[in-house]
Amino acid sequence: MNKAALAYIVSAATLLVAVWLGVSIGTVKIPISTFWDSSDTTATNILWKIRMPRVILAGLVGASLAISGAAFQGLLKNPLADPYTLGVSSGASVGAVVTLFFGLSIPILGTYTLPVFSMTGAALTMFLVIGFARLVDRSMKMETIILTGIIFGSFLGSVLSLMIALTGEELRQIIGWLLGSVSMRGWNYILMVLPFVVIGSFILWMNRRELNAMLFGEERAHHLGVNVKRRKFMILIGGSILTGSAVAVSGTIGFVGLVVPHMTRLMWGSDHRHLLTLSFMNGASLLIICDLVARTIISPSELPVGVITAFIGAPVFAYIFYRQRRKGAM
Amino acid sequence: MLQVDNLTGGYGKEPIVKNISFRVNKGEILGILGPNGSGKSTLLKIISGILPKQEGTVKIDGQDAAVYSQKQFAKKVAVLPQLHAHAFSHTVKDTVALGRYPHQTGLFSSWSDVDERAVTEALAYTGITRYKDTAIELLSGGEQQRVFVAQALAQEAPILLLDEPTNHLDIAHQQQLLDTIRNHAVEKGVTVISVFHDVNLASLYCDRLLLMEQGEIAIIGEPQDVIRETMIGKVYNARVKTQPHPELPKPQMTLLPEKSEESEPFIVNKEHFTVSAERVSLQVNQPLKTVSSAVVNAGLGWYRAFVNRHVDENYNCDDVKAEMSAYLKQHGYPLSDTVGMMTAVTTEHAEIGEYEGDFGTILVMVTAGVGNAVDVSQALDRERKIGTINTWVIVNGQLPEEAFIQAMITATEAKTKALQTENIKDPLTGTIATGTSTDSLLVAATQVGEHLPYAGPITPLGKLIGHGVYDCTVRAIRAYKIAKGWT
Repeated sequence: MNKAALAYIVSAATLLVAVWLGVSIGTVKIPISTFWDSSDTTATNILWKIRMPRVILAGLVGASLAISGAAFQGLLKNPLADPYTLGVSSGASVGAVVTLFFGLSIPILGTYTLPVFSMTGAALTMFLVIGFARLVDRSMKMETIILTGIIFGSFLGSVLSLMIALTGEELRQIIGWLLGSVSMRGWNYILMVLPFVVIGSFILWMNRRELNAMLFGEERAHHLGVNVKRRKFMILIGGSILTGSAVAVSGTIGFVGLVVPHMTRLMWGSDHRHLLTLSFMNGASLLIICDLVARTIISPSELPVGVITAFIGAPVFAYIFYRQRRKGAM
Repeated sequence: MLQVDNLTGGYGKEPIVKNISFRVNKGEILGILGPNGSGKSTLLKIISGILPKQEGTVKIDGQDAAVYSQKQFAKKVAVLPQLHAHAFSHTVKDTVALGRYPHQTGLFSSWSDVDERAVTEALAYTGITRYKDTAIELLSGGEQQRVFVAQALAQEAPILLLDEPTNHLDIAHQQQLLDTIRNHAVEKGVTVISVFHDVNLASLYCDRLLLMEQGEIAIIGEPQDVIRETMIGKVYNARVKTQPHPELPKPQMTLLPEKSEESEPFIVNKEHFTVSAERVSLQVNQPLKTVSSAVVNAGLGWYRAFVNRHVDENYNCDDVKAEMSAYLKQHGYPLSDTVGMMTAVTTEHAEIGEYEGDFGTILVMVTAGVGNAVDVSQALDRERKIGTINTWVIVNGQLPEEAFIQAMITATEAKTKALQTENIKDPLTGTIATGTSTDSLLVAATQVGEHLPYAGPITPLGKLIGHGVYDCTVRAIRAYKIAKGWT
């Protein structure tokens, strides 16, 4: 069988299993029959009101982080790049933490004040970072982008630290948010984040072949006929939309955006025509599983999912890395 | 077809490339040469649109390149970069397939049969089909560069730009790559413009060369017009000498290294010769620049040992060269360092003379057997027999190539005169002989000491050669006559 087809089948199957585990396991076990048999009202309610939105949100966040991580690593030709490299996530965090710190609540927005503020922070940061990078260097070299991201990221990071230092009783709340969670968000959060996920992913997917060309350097891509400047701009915007919206609804969940693209690459190769979609699916699967562990491991209390991602992801990554390198050596 | 008019541009405000104009025709290969920092790579980058131009135009097929979109441009012009590293792995086929990027359109940009055929052809043409599923970073540098050649070929652009394509490649891979590109240019009529670091490679593979100096054109023309000692020496600020390629009408150059210290005075004299019944030999400590018509190591070269070997009158061998080589080896003469001749004359009758002029001395060695003498003007349809006059002329001085040729003429004339004096006749025609049918001549010079630009009979050197060769040949013929009992 075609390797690419196999990759899609395996990834889709993993995702299905992850979704099924995510909705069925918990303090109350939900049988699979609940999907079509709504006679058990409690189970149906838990499935559709609590578990399903949570699993879908976890999936969307994981997918967004993984696909933008894959795109940024390819664009910046840097295996250490992740969705947070650009500093957009720090902007989203500052937006969220400001809301928590000042206890803000805009009447019309209500409980959505935080994600809306957070997205605003992400959008502002994105324009500032890209604008500044263009100001420094009109051709927006990869190094310029990385350095600009570091400048903005560390500045906003210090703003965060300042607020944490000055914080009193909301400390736990802020730290909890920063570590990331997808619990108790409901369908509205999904509706809020879905358009960004669709648009952002579509923009990145449109640039899959350009990303392949840019792996050989900007000059090479230019020679192959890629309009490097415009494509780079599109990828940065697409990735930022995904990252900003993901952070806004779930906090800064680490590891997924950095490592899922690497795992996918090690298993299925670095052709972006497949890598982007596969990372999207695998990111969703990983975060759904991590969230499942986060809420069941010390049940009835929950851990922030960001703690679990690295906890589970790192050994899995280590195993794949080891296996691949050994295979390469022999 | 590519035309560049008054092109000026570079990285910053101060242009690196100034006012460049040239034109390359379809199927032509133009090489861009120049010292480091002369702007050759910059020129290529401005043409390919990586760097901005400040003034001038680049026209492709008569149309200004600035109006092309990036994709349209890539359909017209493919660029082969220098070897470079890449962060993530790709298979060879995927890499080559990227060359089809400019030909794909639409959101889903379906891969057509034309694309597939172009990739398959490019893989086959560069000989990397068997690697097509290998990850590119597992290939050697030479193979990786071939992958990028294939990528550029798959682009199917009528113009190909190359920036030092053979950098970091060994000579076999350099040749392979440039042969591939040149064949492609010839077969498909692709126009090639390439930056070269290596002047000799550029001369071999290019139809025309453009030599750059400080951002401007120093000269543009065919290799023989560009690769001239004075021009290359001035632009590169290096001491060079040009010479013809041994097989192709393409000039080549070699560097002349700075002579580190004053070379020791080194003079060849009679004591360096050894004469035995088997051979006459000359052995010196430093190599002599030699031109000869010997059996082993004939032609031009530098040698330290010279052997004139006596063989039996009935000596007969299918492969004289191999037999002679074996003989030299057996007697301890290194083959790479020895010129070997043969004669049927007993070498004890060799005449060796040392002649002194104002500039220094010359040595002449002659062995003469005239049993087979011929009048060269009537030498048609003659059976070849042994019977030889072998002449060596060793000059203590520095000779240019033309002086070597003049020395050979002078020595030959002197030999002929000696035959006349000794009244040696061609037994078939009864006329005065001019030599034998298998004569050999060797002229060697120490290349230290006095510069001796000419060796014709009008110069002191020529006079000395004429006198010396005549003198030795006459004496050698007389010795031969006595040995044969002719007198």
